[in-house]
Amino acid sequence: MAVFQARKWYSRSFSSLSSHPLHICVVGSGPAGFYTAEKMLKAHQAAEIDIIDRLPTPFGLVRSGVAPDHPETKIVVNQFSRVALNERCSFFGNVSLGTSISLAELRDMYHVVVLAYGAESDRILGVPGEDLKGIHSAREFVWWYNGHPDYKNLALDLKSTETAVILGQGNVALDVARVLLRPKRELAITDIANHALVSLEESCIRKVYLVGRRGPVQAACTAKELREILGIKDLYIHIQEADLLKSPADEEELKNSRIQRRVYELLSKAVTSQPSQPRSGQRELHFVFFRRPDKFLHSDNISGNVTGVCYEKTILKENGGSGKQSAVGTGQFEDLECGLVLKSIGYKSVPVNGLPFDNHKGMVPNIRGRVLSDVPGEHTFEKGLYVAGWLKRGPTGIIATNLYCAEETVASISEDLEQGLLTPSFPKPGREGLGQLLDSRNVRFVPFSGWEKIDVKEKADGSLRNKPREKIVSWQELLKVANE
Amino acid sequence: MSPPVSLDERQLTSVTRAGYLQGSCSRYLHPLILTISVAFSIPASPPMLLSSPTSSRASIPTLETLKISGGKKPRVSQHVIFGKHHPFSTTAAENEQKEKISVTFIDKDGEEKHIKVPIGMSMLEAAHENDIELEGACEGSLACSTCHVIVMDVDYYNKLEDPTDEENDMLDLAFGLTETSRLGCQVIAKPELDGLHLALPAATRNFAVDGYVPKPH
Repeated sequence: MAVFQARKWYSRSFSSLSSHPLHICVVGSGPAGFYTAEKMLKAHQAAEIDIIDRLPTPFGLVRSGVAPDHPETKIVVNQFSRVALNERCSFFGNVSLGTSISLAELRDMYHVVVLAYGAESDRILGVPGEDLKGIHSAREFVWWYNGHPDYKNLALDLKSTETAVILGQGNVALDVARVLLRPKRELAITDIANHALVSLEESCIRKVYLVGRRGPVQAACTAKELREILGIKDLYIHIQEADLLKSPADEEELKNSRIQRRVYELLSKAVTSQPSQPRSGQRELHFVFFRRPDKFLHSDNISGNVTGVCYEKTILKENGGSGKQSAVGTGQFEDLECGLVLKSIGYKSVPVNGLPFDNHKGMVPNIRGRVLSDVPGEHTFEKGLYVAGWLKRGPTGIIATNLYCAEETVASISEDLEQGLLTPSFPKPGREGLGQLLDSRNVRFVPFSGWEKIDVKEKADGSLRNKPREKIVSWQELLKVANE
Repeated sequence: MSPPVSLDERQLTSVTRAGYLQGSCSRYLHPLILTISVAFSIPASPPMLLSSPTSSRASIPTLETLKISGGKKPRVSQHVIFGKHHPFSTTAAENEQKEKISVTFIDKDGEEKHIKVPIGMSMLEAAHENDIELEGACEGSLACSTCHVIVMDVDYYNKLEDPTDEENDMLDLAFGLTETSRLGCQVIAKPELDGLHLALPAATRNFAVDGYVPKPH
């Protein structure tokens, strides 16, 4: 009740405060950023929100992460566009935190800064040979086929080998495997970047191994993505039947998790419904369980290209009393030949100057979205600074996870406003200040109307090729179209 | 936004009007009045008819009768009538009638909202038409779990078609999943569902403190 009254008091005090808007800057225009903006707009009538993004295009991983053959998942951009078009919301594309503007400057100009810029780097395995040619992170591959302007020139060789190894068995790993194995005529009608389509059409990759440290009970993918890849036409699926044997601890895990149960069932069914051998020339997908990479192999010639992966076999050991099991090595090793490795073992966030950051976890230390100060031994918060999305909770979850994540951060902001920890009555320059500063630095930002021009052009180009859109993949072209 | 009442006047008027325009309305209207419990309405602009000079509404004595029976908890048995009595239901397009059922949404704070949902409409659409804060990120294309609703009564849950594999795949990822969870976009209004109570999952609020570990994507 108290909260309700307080909220009422705030909305009342803000409604008469149009001259004192609550200036909010959200950094990053992916799902976490847009959901945060949407919830802030609803919760605070006086809120004026600017969303900045380093790319000229909005929507983050909905554009550059979601697989091109999942158009339904991208429908959420309709909702995000409505947020961007709200009169109290503005989009500033081509504005990079740390380059165009510093965090300190943003915090000076806005009452509230919410960082939701995600995770633009990768976890590393830390095993020998990780830098060999032919080894990429799944993120790079995904950004490449999705037309991210930083990865259009990724040096990817799909013609020198017929075998690819994907390390990891989560949904990103499955996306990547599916894009490699799916009939190309099916990809040709998606919004896949043209350079990727051309390259995939010429690809010699015929055999893909999906490698996981643990067993089918612990596979990190979801049923939808698994069902989809198992359903690819004319694809031979191989799973070692012995891997499906369950220990009592496995049974316990399955009992407690509906999603693990359903994933396990799908994998079991796939074993029984397959012929024992692939036809000659048939494309193959191998699920390899209980293996962890020990080192990458290379030939002795000077090319420096990866030629295989050496694995250590693992077994599962219960992890304390948590019910979770982790993989431990057995000292038995085996080699698998391949010419391409895609590491799908997790994304990692990148810090900016002046931001408390946990390098080990790759995220910002926070409590319910409030950023904790770096001061050792003390639980103090950075005034007016918040996080949402992957930067806040690590690189996991689906789009909808960000909805609840943003809701939590916005609740924290609301509480802090109610308790007087933020000072909306103290005027800040907000949008006007940002515009002036960008101007003085010759940073030409892309407003939402600029993105709409890109959008229209991409859709028009796409319709000529029977695709929903033909993505513009170069910075220069994106900025040119946006500024036309 | 129409107010959330069990049988509003507009709907009653529509029934009356439909019968009236048929000429020999009483033949159809009378049995209807005696047993009717579901509201029928014409979607397009019935209020205009109230002021229509050509409408001799006053001569139709059934309005009150309808109101009384309509005030009771609606039961559905009448849509058969529409099938049988062809001329009643098929005339000009604007005469098309729609049955509606009562649905109650219980929001995150436990507040109830009663709405009318036309047969054939999904609960996601119905929620959005009535300003109920049910998310619908993929707009009903079975690619997300944001329109997760909990059917409050297991008997009603059992009246629904079983969820498809595709819906179950999405429910796997829904926050606060229960035994009677469904996706709002897959629950389509049908007569048997009249009186349905749907709750929006509230547990989602504290997902971080509850130690929820989001599934990887």
